[in-house]
Amino acid sequence: MAKYILKRVLMAVITLFIVICLTFFLMNAVPGSPWLSEKTPTQATIDALNEKYGLDQPVIVQLGKYLGNMLQGDFGDSIKMQKDRPVLDIITTMFPISAKIGIIAIVWAILVGVPLGCLAAYKRGTWVDSLLRVICTLGISMPGFVVATILLYLLAGGIEGFKIFPTIFDGTWQSYVLPCAALGFYPMCYLSRQTRTAMLDSINQEYIKTARAKGLRNRKIIFKHALRNALIPVITYLGPQIAFTLCGGFVVETVFSIPGLGRYFVSSIQNRDYPIIMGTTIFLAAFIIVMNLVVDLLYKLVDPRINLSKGGN
Amino acid sequence: MSEKNDILVQVDHLKKYFGVKGVKGPGVQAVEDVSLFIKRGETLGLVGESGCGKTTLGRTILQLHPPTSGKIIYDGQPIFEGEDPWQKDENGQMIHVKTPKPKVANMLPYRRKMQIIFQDPSASLDPRMTVGEIIGEALDIHKLCTGKKERTDRIKELLARVGLNTEHANRYPHEFSGGQQQRVGIARALAVRPEFIVCDEPISALDVSIQSQVVNMLEDMQQDLGLTYLFIAHDLSVVRHISNRIGVMYLGSLVELAESYELNKHPIHPYTKTLLSAVPVPDPEVSRTRHRIVLQGDIPSPMNPPTGCRFHTRCPYATEKCKQAVPQFKEHAPGHWAACHLLDE
Repeated sequence: MAKYILKRVLMAVITLFIVICLTFFLMNAVPGSPWLSEKTPTQATIDALNEKYGLDQPVIVQLGKYLGNMLQGDFGDSIKMQKDRPVLDIITTMFPISAKIGIIAIVWAILVGVPLGCLAAYKRGTWVDSLLRVICTLGISMPGFVVATILLYLLAGGIEGFKIFPTIFDGTWQSYVLPCAALGFYPMCYLSRQTRTAMLDSINQEYIKTARAKGLRNRKIIFKHALRNALIPVITYLGPQIAFTLCGGFVVETVFSIPGLGRYFVSSIQNRDYPIIMGTTIFLAAFIIVMNLVVDLLYKLVDPRINLSKGGN
Repeated sequence: MSEKNDILVQVDHLKKYFGVKGVKGPGVQAVEDVSLFIKRGETLGLVGESGCGKTTLGRTILQLHPPTSGKIIYDGQPIFEGEDPWQKDENGQMIHVKTPKPKVANMLPYRRKMQIIFQDPSASLDPRMTVGEIIGEALDIHKLCTGKKERTDRIKELLARVGLNTEHANRYPHEFSGGQQQRVGIARALAVRPEFIVCDEPISALDVSIQSQVVNMLEDMQQDLGLTYLFIAHDLSVVRHISNRIGVMYLGSLVELAESYELNKHPIHPYTKTLLSAVPVPDPEVSRTRHRIVLQGDIPSPMNPPTGCRFHTRCPYATEKCKQAVPQFKEHAPGHWAACHLLDE
């Protein structure tokens, strides 16, 4: 087990290194520069700025310097958006906001999506199943801003005299409801479909008949035997999805004006604020890698047949 | 009426149809009008080709499938009673009519008395549970053990009973061989101290060398615990060995039922004769001289079974009457039932 984790951590470091290099080169390959704005500064100013931030050097040298600083825990400072503020500082203030909304969103998605999937599988072929299929297909195919807009229209003032929730995020609990609902809707629908498929598979297995022969009640058969065997695809999906959701949805954060990491990440790309792009990318990549490792360790817990040290079979 | 008390399980005109999506009518007619009884302490063998409804019959008796209609009586108590919702109209088409809701007993107390051993041992054990949990769950459901100590002791006792090590309780099913898995399945069925066990082809998934071990174990258990078996198999020689009486099924219906010896020596239904002639004989002298009946054609689809006698499409002696009327399943000699028009003449 320890050997397996060590191996995975080593692989994670290599993966992260590749991600860093790729992002660094691609970021520099994109046309444009941080200094372009409505009022284009003089060439002399640009040169001076480039020299100040080391952008005049070859990309490979810049990368080397970045990696060196990174190993010492220095992720650089913002060069444009919040000039000279350390990137690490920006991430640590913005991530908690996104994460809080993300956790609520993913928790409700799991708590509702998985039972709905079980229900759809148990009632397969009936109107309940069809209704859930329509809802979930809609949820999977609708872009986030549509869901957010519909929610805003219905519950936040679109209908005359009917305003339950604020339109703009201000930190009160009411302002959490709509963003969390919008952000969790897609994973909820996806989870529900995923659970239904996996449940249909396990519900027809012979050991379900065994459980029935033992005299177990239906609800217990579904949750104790069938669901436990259906969890692998659900967990597989959840791992990376948790990382994505916690790091913030750009669309939802924009619609509700939430000062979160997701929105900040996208605007940093638009602004070519190189250190912020690098910092947030590394953060997200590391998060996803860790979640994948957690998922693999969870497999073992859920399915005793999985042997981690033998490459996962 | 004294004989009646000896009957543990009685089945009257039992039918099980599986509805098929997009198909009008009753769908797959897996069990068609089966009536039989099983005496306390005996082994009733059930044979027939693959897909003839043996397994479905066994599972329907236990109500693992909800029966379509008929009556199931366990130890004098009806546990299922329902009218047939499928009637033939004047054109011979099956139509669905409204019938009162079937009377179904609360099965929980009967789940303790009636158990089943499944055909595929690896598929019938939940892969996420240890052997101890699999056996213990049955004990918990029926609250058969008062303390933790009693529970562990009972699990150990059961494992020992089926010839497994007591420390196997902490292992998962996939760590066992097929024969061992089947022993776990048997221990699980025995856990609740049942009276009646449906053995649903318990040995057909096992190696030949292990088959006899398991059969012997089942026989020993029957002696020690006074069990009653419904033993389902497609291997006539095994059924002959273990059964007191044997029933032969064809396409969902029982065609013949008699004492084991009687059925082997004096089969009266053409299908039974065919089955018996197909059993390999280990003596080449006998094998060369005996007459082997080979049936023409394939077994018809249970979704659209032949009219009249279901066997008439392949029966070498079929007459016009066989195509029209369904033969009655009746007693032609004491204890020897069969359904064939030829025997009525």
